[in-house]
Amino acid sequence: MKLPYERPTLRKLTAGALNKFGPRAGARAVTAIDGVAVDELVARFGSPLFVLSERQLRRSYQAAVRAFGTRYPQVQLAWSYKTNYLNAVCRTFHQEGAWAEVVSGMELEKALLNGVPGPHILFNGPGKRRADLERACAVDAVIHLDHADELHLLLDVAAGRPQRPRVALRVNLDAGIVPQWDRFGFNLENGEAWQALGRIVASGQLELVGLHCHIGTYVLQTAAYGTAATKLAALALRCERELNTTIQYLDLGGGFPSTNTLKGAYLPATDTVPSLDEYAEAITGALLGAGFKSGELPTLVLEAGRALVDDAGSLIGTVLANKRLADGRRATILDFGVNLLFTSFWYDHHISPTREFSNHTEPTVLYGPLCMNIDMLRESIALPLLAPNDHVLVHKVGAYNLSQWQQFINLRPNVVLVDQAGQVHLIRAAETLEYLQQLEQIPAHLQ
Amino acid sequence: MKLKKNIATSESGFIFNPATGDSFAANPLAADILARAKEGLNPAAIKADILARYDVAPGQLEKDWDDLLAQLRDFNLLD
Repeated sequence: MKLPYERPTLRKLTAGALNKFGPRAGARAVTAIDGVAVDELVARFGSPLFVLSERQLRRSYQAAVRAFGTRYPQVQLAWSYKTNYLNAVCRTFHQEGAWAEVVSGMELEKALLNGVPGPHILFNGPGKRRADLERACAVDAVIHLDHADELHLLLDVAAGRPQRPRVALRVNLDAGIVPQWDRFGFNLENGEAWQALGRIVASGQLELVGLHCHIGTYVLQTAAYGTAATKLAALALRCERELNTTIQYLDLGGGFPSTNTLKGAYLPATDTVPSLDEYAEAITGALLGAGFKSGELPTLVLEAGRALVDDAGSLIGTVLANKRLADGRRATILDFGVNLLFTSFWYDHHISPTREFSNHTEPTVLYGPLCMNIDMLRESIALPLLAPNDHVLVHKVGAYNLSQWQQFINLRPNVVLVDQAGQVHLIRAAETLEYLQQLEQIPAHLQ
Repeated sequence: MKLKKNIATSESGFIFNPATGDSFAANPLAADILARAKEGLNPAAIKADILARYDVAPGQLEKDWDDLLAQLRDFNLLD
């Protein structure tokens, strides 16, 4: 029997300061996802392949409910559709009890088709059209008002309706972080939000039920959420006091990070990202201390997306080729690119081999298959000596990739869900050229 | 492939260039190849031996051989 082969390679040794945070030498192989072998998944469904773990989806959801629900009496999660609106994913969260947070008419319809009752749909977004508002009113979704034009459009839509549309006001505020997100909602500090609230109540045509804010994305400062919760609670109490209107819920939005490491970060996110418990402590501590009367605490709504789904997604790919760049660096070309792994623009994704190698690694540039210079997945990653047809597994890709992916140069691949019993389900079939072209029309003179 | 005469190699794959102070880690196959090259074996004999002992196709070995030469050149280890 012949010896296993690994291509001959040299690595220049560089002396540097010792780092107690240094990773272990060599990349650890990940051979299976929830007990299903990677090789088997590729044999059945091809490569590249997105794999979602139902077990992890539910685990992440339950962890979030536990973090907030053990600290505050009334908590409601609303699944952020834009983060991943594959129906199987949405329905898993809805089964767990999540409402839907949508940001467009299309997402509103998806939530309805997924069986979410209208009153359990929170309609955010800065670009609602008249037809969207009419539809939201018809199904009794809660409309989160983003700007004054939308408020006046909704007042127009609401006129003559037998039932007052239920609304929440989107508020932007200074939570002590930079940049301050002020493009969504009405500003608190300059009085714009209070003016809008007064107009809503005075109109008599809308039912004000909630206040909302979304302070940012991948926010690492838990104290910022505490500040936002304090300010939103104070606004709710002022509504009670001065407008004689009880705010039923405070929606603190989302923006909770996953443990993907942002580009440029010195330490891995697993070492630096606060736990959901820390966010929960900041938010619920602020609400409980805000001065609400006993038994009159508003429901706390959270629009978590990334924190619920990122860990549950993996992307399996295959090495197409190895090459060496002009400066001597190793480059590896994979069968998926930034068109599928959109988040590689933001993260240094953790990527594992899927079989055992020796512990010799080589600094490698990872490219996708697109004929575009931007198609770089990792600028430098220590990987074992991968050969063509070896597989790799990208971890924590469940958030945004499956809603922001692009059909560009290549068709989009299969997506499967591994259920809690280890059964594999195709939840989105690989695209075909026929699918791609079915909406195109060729003018007669070109036929 | 002709290594510079002053390049020191070890069985464990440590390579040292005393002229520049650079040091390198070779994986086992690269260390084996360099040791044989230092012994004076010609490339054809080294490759035949690898093909006999390792699970690798001739085409893959040729490609990786060229890549090893490129690395050695890049690291300034060849005459």
